[in-house]
Order: sequence, then structure tokens, then C-alpha cells
Amino acid sequence: MAERASSQLLPEQAGAAGGLDATEAVSRTRLVARRFVRRRPAVAGLVSLALLFAVAYLGPFVIPWQYDQLDTNAFLSPPSAVHWFGTTQTGFDVFALTMRGLQKSLIVGLLGAVMSTALAAIVGAFSGYLGGTLNTVLLTIIDLLLVLPSFLIIAILSPLFRDHTWLVFVFLLAAFQWMVTARIVRGLTLSLKEREFVTAARFMGVPTWQIIARHILPNMASFLIIDATINVSSLILAEVGLSFFGFGVQPPDVSLGTLIGDNAGAALSYPWEFYFPSGFLVALILAINLVGDGLRDALDPNAVFQGRR
Amino acid sequence: MTAFLLRRLAYLTVLVGVATVVAYFLAATQLNPRSRYEGRNPPPPPAAVDAILDELNLNDKTPVVERFAKWAGGVLRGDLGRTIDSGSVNTEINRRIWVSLRLMLLGSILGTLLGVAAGAYGAIRQYRLSDHLITVSSFVVLAMPTVVLAVLVKNAGIGLNDLLGFTGDWKLLYTTGEITPGMDALSLGGLSNRLAHLVLPTFVLMSGSIAFYSRYQRSAMLDVLGSDFLRTAQAKGLTRPQALVKHALRTALIPMATFFAYQFALLFVGATFTERIFGWHGMGELFVESITKSDVNTVAGVTLLVAVLVLVAGFLSDLVYAALDPRVRV
Repeated sequence: MAERASSQLLPEQAGAAGGLDATEAVSRTRLVARRFVRRRPAVAGLVSLALLFAVAYLGPFVIPWQYDQLDTNAFLSPPSAVHWFGTTQTGFDVFALTMRGLQKSLIVGLLGAVMSTALAAIVGAFSGYLGGTLNTVLLTIIDLLLVLPSFLIIAILSPLFRDHTWLVFVFLLAAFQWMVTARIVRGLTLSLKEREFVTAARFMGVPTWQIIARHILPNMASFLIIDATINVSSLILAEVGLSFFGFGVQPPDVSLGTLIGDNAGAALSYPWEFYFPSGFLVALILAINLVGDGLRDALDPNAVFQGRR
Repeated sequence: MTAFLLRRLAYLTVLVGVATVVAYFLAATQLNPRSRYEGRNPPPPPAAVDAILDELNLNDKTPVVERFAKWAGGVLRGDLGRTIDSGSVNTEINRRIWVSLRLMLLGSILGTLLGVAAGAYGAIRQYRLSDHLITVSSFVVLAMPTVVLAVLVKNAGIGLNDLLGFTGDWKLLYTTGEITPGMDALSLGGLSNRLAHLVLPTFVLMSGSIAFYSRYQRSAMLDVLGSDFLRTAQAKGLTRPQALVKHALRTALIPMATFFAYQFALLFVGATFTERIFGWHGMGELFVESITKSDVNTVAGVTLLVAVLVLVAGFLSDLVYAALDPRVRV
């Protein structure tokens, strides 16, 4: 839901800005970008997200240690000039581990969010547009997946991806994330499909999949973008939860979740092992949430803004 | 209307059934209870292992359909089967569900109330210092996984104990379990001991709810604050606080009804991480242990319970909605 700026102020301000002249024609992209930039927390979120990306991928090149490389001269050493974030009990460099985990969390979140939103868009749009038996079947599947406890199912299936790539894990995470969005997409499709431009396309003989791809989905692009952003942070948190219990990313690979899970008990005696990965995780989620909030306000056509649009 | 409700109920029951079947088959085919005996030294004779597994209805040499039929027959009589330690799943769930409930009840009630209050207050004081404080802290809490928050709170508790000189057996705040072993649960000391165990985990659960609800309540309240009926209420003579509580808050609570109802489902099973960090033996622990111990019957039993709870919550949310919003009532 949109956060409104104090709407009582608006009429006077619009008048002060010069009536109709103030609202010169701007493209939607520029309008959205301008609205986004005006939100300072959102911009801060975007900047920190970019920084986190840079640190995650460039950081490992700056230090001489690899995430799977042992320093047999330093076990459990506190942060120092050699090991910026200290080392673990077996002599792994915590900075290298954290950066590796950060990379994994970023990929899991982004990939999973794209998968889940795409799945939701396709299922929701087809089920809403075609209706009939397909609609009934898809809605039943959605209900069923909502009832199944996702944590339990993914945990049971974790031996499956133990020997395979973590992509299976991301796919499973996404497979339990799309249902609510699909329902909303279906609702939006139901109202869009009665609009003139869609009926016109249908009467001209445009095939169904093209109508959905060109007319239905682009008209809910804002909603899908916002949904994908929210999904990124919830998927990263889901990954952390599962990895905490050992059902997620499997060793020797690391993620922020496995690091936090392995070191939660050591937080008091060897704080660097726990607080560095946790700190990066919290910063990451915070940045994504801020960007998501900013996007929601910028993309919402009903949001009321102070001053010029 | 009754016919519709009955049809809906039948559909939901079928859904619960299918979910349980899916969970049973997944667990029975993916988990391997036999591995529990294979690693032992000296290895037990295979015939003995088979006999034990047969007894527990967990033998992977029996076709999975046959095992399921036996389990499902038990479920229809209200018996969820045997755990891998040859206990009863019913007893296990019965014992643990109250532990979880005790942990969750206080945390979620306080969390919901304070969250709604904080959100509404933030909306009324929009862009003032207090609003900014509430917004910033809820953003930070929402960015924290429960695991991290729980560890932080636990260590803060230990730090506070040390700081105030509670280093002996008797502590101000306890960080492990629900009661000090050997304490008489019904005595006055036992009760205060329980309370001292409850404070920190409740705080963790509460913070999460407060952050979540305050965000939603704030934007729901902001939508209502600009509305005409609120101005009308004041125009007919209500004071601002009266109008805010009677008209604004009540209207803004409607979209939250769904969340309240689903909170009910979470009451019994929602504290997995908090239970782990603070060493409570509740449903969340059972959840995780049943998988690590390849305990097929418990996995299926817990799934059944969760599915029923989610559906009851869905039903509940419809009811609450109808109670709060006259437009829904037909």
C-alpha cells in the first residue's frame, strides 16, 4: 500500500508550482526514476546494494585467501591485518567465507525471485485468461502448495540436491514462493481481459500467448517488479533459515545461512565468526527492502507526492 | 449459504488429505530410517532390524502404498503412528504443542497489540521523530532473520546477568530451556523461574510481530486518516482521539484481519528458530528432528497438523472479516 505524503498540502502546492504548466509530458520511465530518486532511503538502499555487490565480487581478489583455503598458522585468530575478519576453528578466513556467502545469497535471492515471479505471472495470466478446466486445476495446485509446509518439504528433499547443484535448491525455494502472487495476477488478468485493447487483439486473431505476453503482462509490470523485489529478500531469508538447520546450501559450499548456523553457538566466545556474516546479511536485506519500498512508491500511479511529480 | 459453506469445507478437507498424502509419500521415499541401524558397531542382524522397522511401520522393504494404507488406517482412528524411537506420535505432539503454545501465546498477543498500536501511533504522528524511530527500528528488525535476533537477545541477556552480578545458579534471566531442572513447577519459586525463562524468547517473538504489524497498520491507518468519514465524525462532535479510535483504527484493522487469523496457525508451530536457540523442546524442534532422524510417521503427522491449522486459519480469517466489515455480510 502506498505511503502517502500529507495530502492536504497538495492543492496549494500544485497551484504554487504554476497549475498546468508544472505537469509537462514526461515518459513513464523518467517519471518513475524521478520519483524514486526523490526518496532518500530508497537511493541509500540502492547505493548500498551496489556496494555490497561490488564487495562480494571484488573483495575476494583483494585478499590473498580463498574461501576454501586453510591458514594452518592461524586458528580462531581475532580480526587482524592478515585476516580482516579473523579466522575459524579450522583456519578458514572469515572475510573470504563471508564474501563467498554474500555472493551465494545474492544469486539465490535474485535468481529465485525472477523464477518465482515469472512462474506466478505465467500461471496467473493463463489461468485468468483461459479460465475453464485449466483455471480450476491451477487454482487447486495453488491451494495445495499453500497448505503444504514448504520448510518441511524442502527439508525432506534436501538429500536430492546434496549431491547436485544448488540450483535445484533455488528452484525448490522459488516453487513455494509464487502462489499468492499468481492469485493476484489472475485477478488482474480477469479485469484486463475485458478491456478494449485485449478484445481488439483477440478479434484480430492474435494468438493467446502473444496477447498475454504483449498486452496482459506489460500492463501489470509495476506489480511484477515490486513483487520480484520483495521476493528477493524473502528468498534470502528462507535460504538462511533452511541452511541454519543444514537443509539448504551444502558444504563445502557456503552461504550466509550456513555461516550463521555454524557459528550461532560461538557468538559469545568468538564473536567475529558470527557477527560479520550476520552484519552483512542484515545490511543486504535492509538495502533490498528499502529499494523495494522506494520502487513501490515510485511505481504506484495513485501515490500522492509533495511538489512536482 | 450453508450449502456453499459445506462445499467449501469438503474441498478443504480433500486438500488437507492430499497434502498429507503428498507429505507421507515424499517422506517415505526420501528418508531412510534403516540408516539409523546401519552405522552401528557391531552391526545388528538384518532380520532384527527388519523386525523393528516392521513393528514401527517404517520398513522400506514393504511397498510404500501398503505402509501408507496402514498409517492412514490409524489416522482415521485418531492414531498418528509410532515415532522412530517407538514412542507414540500423538503423545509426542500432545506434549510439545503446549510447550510451543506457552512460548508463542504471550509473544504473539503482546506483539500484535503493540505492533498495531505502534503503527497507528506512527501514522497519526507521521514524519515526526517518533514516527521515524518506529519506522527505522521496524525496518532493522524486519531485515534480521529470527536466528540472528535470537542470538543477539540471548547474548544481551547473558551480558545483563553478568553485569548485574547474577553469576551463580540463580539468575535474573535464563537463556536455556523452560524451567531449571529439579524445580517444582507449581511452587511460587517454580513459577517465577518459568517466567524468568520466558522473558527473552518472548521478547524475540514479540519484536518480530511488532515490526511486521506496525508497518502494515501504519499504511492502513494513513489510508483512513485522509478520509471524509473521519472528518464527518469530528464535525458531529467527537473529539479527535475519540474519532481516531472509534472510526479510524477500527476501519484500518479490517485489512489486518487476515494476518491475525494466520497468526493462529503460527501459534502452534511458528517458533522453530527461537526454540532452537533457547533450547525449548516444542513443535518446531520436533519439526526439524523428525527430518534429521528420518522419522516418517512424525513428518506426516506434523504436516497433517499444520495443514489443518492453516485451513482453520483461512476459515477464521473469513469469519473475522465478516465480523469487522459489514459490506462482506450478505
